[in-house]
Amino acid sequence: MSDKAKTFAPSRRQFLAGAAAGAGAAAASAASATATPDPLITEVQEWASGLGDGVDATPYGLPIQFEQDVVRRNVEWLTADTISSINFTPIHALDGTITPQGCAFERHHSGAIELKKEDYRLMINGLVDTPLVFSYADLERFPRENRVYFCECAANSGMEWAGAQLNGAQFTHGMIHNMEYSGVSLRTLLEEAGLAAAGDFKDKWVYVEGADASSNGRSIPLEKALDDVLVAFKANGEALRKEHGYPVRLVVPGWEGNMWVKWLRRIEVMDGPVESREETSKYTDTLANGVARKWTWEMDAKSVVTSPSPQAPITHGKGPLVITGLAWSGRGAITGVDVSTDGGKTWTEARLGAPGTDKALTRFYLDINWDGSEMFLQSRARDSSGYVQPTKTQLREVRGLNSIYHNNAIQTWWVKATGEAENVEVS
Amino acid sequence: AYAGSYGLGRTALPEEIAAWDLDVSPDGTGLPAGSGDVLTGEEVFAEQCAVCHGDFAEGVDNWPKLAGGQGTLDHEDPLKTVGSYWPYLSTTWDYVNRSMPFGAAQTLEPDEVYAIVAYILYSNDLVDEDFVLSDETFTGVELPNAGGFILDDRLESEKHFWNPEPCMENCKDSVEITMRALVLDVTPEETSAAAEPAEAVVEEAAVAEPVAEPV
Repeated sequence: MSDKAKTFAPSRRQFLAGAAAGAGAAAASAASATATPDPLITEVQEWASGLGDGVDATPYGLPIQFEQDVVRRNVEWLTADTISSINFTPIHALDGTITPQGCAFERHHSGAIELKKEDYRLMINGLVDTPLVFSYADLERFPRENRVYFCECAANSGMEWAGAQLNGAQFTHGMIHNMEYSGVSLRTLLEEAGLAAAGDFKDKWVYVEGADASSNGRSIPLEKALDDVLVAFKANGEALRKEHGYPVRLVVPGWEGNMWVKWLRRIEVMDGPVESREETSKYTDTLANGVARKWTWEMDAKSVVTSPSPQAPITHGKGPLVITGLAWSGRGAITGVDVSTDGGKTWTEARLGAPGTDKALTRFYLDINWDGSEMFLQSRARDSSGYVQPTKTQLREVRGLNSIYHNNAIQTWWVKATGEAENVEVS
Repeated sequence: AYAGSYGLGRTALPEEIAAWDLDVSPDGTGLPAGSGDVLTGEEVFAEQCAVCHGDFAEGVDNWPKLAGGQGTLDHEDPLKTVGSYWPYLSTTWDYVNRSMPFGAAQTLEPDEVYAIVAYILYSNDLVDEDFVLSDETFTGVELPNAGGFILDDRLESEKHFWNPEPCMENCKDSVEITMRALVLDVTPEETSAAAEPAEAVVEEAAVAEPVAEPV
């Protein structure tokens, strides 16, 4: 782990500092009277008298220094090196649904490569009428679509299969980002090459691979490829970040992040699946009897309370408390989220920040009056297919402990009387 | 020249397709002509692969183990290797050819790949030391776990998760803590004191199996 990451780690000291500041703010808030005038009000502050930065100071800005803990984090022991590895989105500190690209998680198998638009080529070959090569400029001339989707790593929460392990929503649920993509539908590109040669679409596949050394090749049924898959070149309004596949990536709505091939260079229409390394050795889910599921593409409905959480403790004392979190489903739109403060004995329907949309993050809120007693916070997502997010016990009953991927279980945070929170499992 | 309605892009040339279309399917489609034997593979492996994967493909440190683990898939901590887990030999050939060695991918000749794959088979006790793997002998090899995979069956085996009326009140009598992350203590912290005992605990608990394994 880098020194930088260590500095940004949540800590007891940080919590105490936050709690002290919070207590002061609480004392000065709303209904309670204060004896001493607040010098931040009664004294003219530097920023109210002097000058700030000019408009030429920051051609492309970064977050203000006070937000420097809102960054991607690495967990050193997870992987043998940082090149084929994962980092985590700071979901505990974000709100709304759109993930800032600069802190949106990364997962590479041979590093984040640098591929400029001029060097970019996309090939479509196999069972097509005419195999084609597109330049980047060609792609920008096709009719374009804009859609918001979540990209969740199949391994998100995977470290938690066997028990409560990592202490923070960033680490347990942060292999996810949610962006507005602009690009061309894969259907448009496939039709440009012509699909008469493919015959009956029902038993056909596409194989997609990246330009990087790992290639990350995956097989996708042609039916899905022709449905809602995008070949995207913009995210959240601007070009993809290098680490997210610049200049072109695949967007595979609702399906496991591994299939969202970055630095996309080739799409082959085929008679069958390739059964590549990333769909045999990896991204197959071993059950208790040793047999493994393959082609577990959809990411099931899932949610997590992002605050309060271990990295976002309650520092303001009793009284009004915003419980908030994220919910999503690869099988459709989120229709509701239930929140429990007593470990699942009773549930209250939360308020959605906006109506759920297909295969995208949805923000939820539950505003409560916290009496200062301990809570076992849980959230439970429901989606438009009728699926209800299961408990980890329910998942283990079907799958055992060695699935690695697709852990969408209900998360529990033990919020203590101090306001601190801990990742726990409960009966 | 093609069916497309936008007239964008250009026809891919055969040389271009040959350069990029390298994937090999389970039935051997895509394999180039060539061959390699176990003893040659041992030499190439020692030179190109053993620094990470070990002289006997048993893995060094946290780098992937390519051999061993047969019969462990239903154990608490399964060892998943080419011999114990992978269903198809085509995947081994395809992946080695396209993405290995780590950091210098696509530098192996087809005969070297055949030899390396032959050696990986040998390391898994699946062939004798005089075995020669070629585009002709390839489909004669069946890996032990070829039948070890089922299609995603969640719609059936987990259909009870589709529940129109989940419990809202009096859903259970008691709530007890059964596991705590702070006891395991493996989260990166500001203070580094936790780091060393943490790794030991993790190994004991067998939950530190990296979910995002290295290539």
